[in-house]
Amino acid sequence: MSIILVMTLFVFAVTIALIREKYKSLMAVLAVMVSSLVSSWVAIGVLTGDAYLENINGGIVFGHIPIRIDSLSAWFILLTNFTVFTGILYGRQYLKKYAGQPANLSLHCISYLMNHFALTGIYFIQNGLAFLCVWEVMALTSFILVIFEHGKMETLKAGINYLIQSHISILFLTIGFIWVYAHTGSFVLSAISRYSALGTEATSILLFFVFFVGFAIKAGFVPFHTWLPHAHPAAPSHVSGMMSGVLIKAGIYGILRMLLLIHQNHVLLGIIILIISVLTGIYGVMLATVQHNIKRLLAYHSIENIGIIGIGIGLGTIGRGLDNAYLTFAGYAGALLHTLNHSLFKSLLFYGAGSVYQATHTMNIERMGGIIKKMPQTAVLFLIAALAICGLPPFNGFISEFLIYSGLFKAVSTGHALSPVFVLSILSLALIGGLGILCFTKAFGIVFLGRARSHYPESMNETNTPALFPQYLAAFFIVLIGLFPRLFIAMLKKPVELFSGLSLSEGSFELSFVMQRISIAVWGFVLLVFLLYLIRKFATLNRSNTIQPTWGCGYTAGSPRMQYTATSYVRTYTKLIKPLVKTNKGKNEVKPINAMPSYSETRFFDKIESGLIDWPLRNLKAFLGMFRFLQNGRVQFYVLYGVVFIFIIIAIPFILDVIQTLTYVLKQL
Amino acid sequence: MRLLSLLLIFLNSLIFTGIIIRTKSIFSGRKGPGIFQPIKDIVRLLRKGSVYSETSSFIFKIAPVVYMAAILMAILFIPFGNQKSILSFDGDFVFFAYVLALGRFFMILAALDTGSSFEGMGASREALYAMLIEPAFFILMGSFALLTGYTSFAGIFSALHFGSYISYGIGILTAFVFIIIALVENSRMPIDDPKTHLELTMVHEVMVLDNSGFDMGLILYAVNLKFALFGAIIANFFLTPGFQWYYSIPIYIGVQLVFACIVGVVESFAARFRMNHNPQFIVMFTSVSLLIFVGVLLILGKLK
Repeated sequence: MSIILVMTLFVFAVTIALIREKYKSLMAVLAVMVSSLVSSWVAIGVLTGDAYLENINGGIVFGHIPIRIDSLSAWFILLTNFTVFTGILYGRQYLKKYAGQPANLSLHCISYLMNHFALTGIYFIQNGLAFLCVWEVMALTSFILVIFEHGKMETLKAGINYLIQSHISILFLTIGFIWVYAHTGSFVLSAISRYSALGTEATSILLFFVFFVGFAIKAGFVPFHTWLPHAHPAAPSHVSGMMSGVLIKAGIYGILRMLLLIHQNHVLLGIIILIISVLTGIYGVMLATVQHNIKRLLAYHSIENIGIIGIGIGLGTIGRGLDNAYLTFAGYAGALLHTLNHSLFKSLLFYGAGSVYQATHTMNIERMGGIIKKMPQTAVLFLIAALAICGLPPFNGFISEFLIYSGLFKAVSTGHALSPVFVLSILSLALIGGLGILCFTKAFGIVFLGRARSHYPESMNETNTPALFPQYLAAFFIVLIGLFPRLFIAMLKKPVELFSGLSLSEGSFELSFVMQRISIAVWGFVLLVFLLYLIRKFATLNRSNTIQPTWGCGYTAGSPRMQYTATSYVRTYTKLIKPLVKTNKGKNEVKPINAMPSYSETRFFDKIESGLIDWPLRNLKAFLGMFRFLQNGRVQFYVLYGVVFIFIIIAIPFILDVIQTLTYVLKQL
Repeated sequence: MRLLSLLLIFLNSLIFTGIIIRTKSIFSGRKGPGIFQPIKDIVRLLRKGSVYSETSSFIFKIAPVVYMAAILMAILFIPFGNQKSILSFDGDFVFFAYVLALGRFFMILAALDTGSSFEGMGASREALYAMLIEPAFFILMGSFALLTGYTSFAGIFSALHFGSYISYGIGILTAFVFIIIALVENSRMPIDDPKTHLELTMVHEVMVLDNSGFDMGLILYAVNLKFALFGAIIANFFLTPGFQWYYSIPIYIGVQLVFACIVGVVESFAARFRMNHNPQFIVMFTSVSLLIFVGVLLILGKLK
């Protein structure tokens, strides 16, 4: 299979480089389709049958590279393929606005393919060194994808920020793999398992956290999330959708894989993951709510959802430690299902945001409004995704959050000594849910409802059908999972069984019964809405309805600029969380003499980012600034530096020799 | 017998607001309207035509329907003492809370749909207060899951029985927190004054400024139902199992009457809080519910 994937990648990459601009993106769609079909076919086989095995001889450098797709990998491969596919379908339409840059487009499409290949590779390669290589390919290609509009300074800055942070992630992973290699002499992933079985508890846990930090940077756990809110708004929308939907999930996969390999004190690991995730979830949504850039808002929501997934993982891990089948199933199944769900609704939200951006040429939601009348289909799709991301019932987000909730409540009700931890997790999940509603009523309400808050540059039309098609595809699955949760829970049985051995039948049975009831409740609710709507329709059939301006409480000269804005919508909330975010306010006073246009703006900054990234960077810059005299611009000096450098390099062995002789002599004395 | 709870909630919803209004009028020395006057008003509204804002879209028209459906759905989960509810499964209160949240989501959107700044203001407050009160509900349910070992409404209420002094304390505190949750959810005093004449100080009323006719009737009745719904949950804490229906139904009705009177009394004698004090007030109840959780831990001997 891996040979076919590599061949597909190579053939299509060359084709894309050579053909005319018009067909490049079409080729990319085809390429993604072919490689998705191949890997999905294998993955589906794995989910219904046995693991897929393959061996590659990696030569002297890599050694033996085992390729193995177990049900966990298969699950991630499937969800990746889906979103990468909808991403390129949408991206093909999105990129039409950037016609006339054939080289850039080729680079973009080829990077997209390589990124897809690398993502798939991460899920099946079982050799640490090869894993690091594909991980690096993924980081580099996604960097190229992010800086598609590299003419903009902001985009470049965000891209470089992302590039550096990705490499910090790689640094941690490298340390982890080398650590294991140093002790076992093998880069194969199963060596980690051997090492952790031999070593002490403390070293295993430390090793886990080295890997955890590496993967957490990719996934966006707080405080390693700071690249995310910069990279997502800078990237083109299909790339942000793909990145937020599936790329950051590579981090989640890594954490899950490490949990499979490192068997030590699951309860402790679980609690730590749970605490980090709770902080991630709350911090993400807290900052999402105050954002006014629609894509940055969505980026912060990705952090929140990673937190929810992490809560599931933490819960499942604790369940494993306590040998509780119900907790294990609810936690891991919730986390895995939420991974899929998030990839669906987040990509849909980004596609919607992309369509809105192309229609309004702004990402500032304060300047939007009333788009629902111009782009009704985009609006409805965005609404579905917004409801799903808030975890509201007839949609998929509810199912995964319910699994996690039910696990947490079950854990509380068993009366274990950890129940305060579980209750606090429930508290934070409830808070995250409530804040999510505040945030998405804001996002949807301000962007799509009311009247336009500024003058749009061009007449606005609904996006074309080919761009809507991938969105409908994602929406279809969102609704499908919401209405038929049992289908997907059944698919999750195998991946979750990896974590708990074979003792799952009891917990999953109970949950599958609950899922059936939820299904009934959800269907009942949908029917109820429908029925009430029909009643309303028939009851009001012959009524005289009139259309009037919005009631202005007596004031008749209202203008669109007097509408409630996003800032005012969350103002009370902003005041509540003031100590936790950094706020910058700018305004000028209106003076009657020189009629300058007055303005007032509020910007919110990430306090963790300014403490963890900006502050050290400033100090580092100040420190390095002391050596600025070296860079004086004179060629002679640079030649001198070169000579000094070469001299030192050559001199090192001699100096070492001298030192050795000296120490020898000293020892003789 | 599963329909009993449903029936009682519907009956209760017919008179609940009427009792509140009557209580208020007695305290202010007036005779006041009949108990059924609010329902008569709703019926009158249901027969009227509507005025729609030219700014609004289809969201505005489906929102009242979704709101109503959400509340009806939530009612199906409420048991009656040890009588099971119509729908019941492990963790059903999560569904309960989230389906109510869905209804609220649509009402907030409908308010923003009109483009009115007044309605935006109300929507903003509603979203914030709901967000703040949500954790209290979940912690309460978590505490009772711990106390009874069940994770559904029906399981919890059928297994609930008070033994020690602490558990009576917990019972009273819980009923108190639920009354506050009901007041916040329904935007009543002291969070919001439904009878204020100034739009700037309203929460729920200002959100529905532009609704009229059938939709308005639907919303008003949904509010009544929501009150009855929370009344039913509170009453369930007093219907300790083992009681026969000829005890439990009068207790149920009694609790509802007391609840309605409490709301009326609070509204007669309390003034509405300043808007910026509301969040603190609401968050306080999350800590009260944490107190309840600690109390449950005490009962079970987990804390020493």
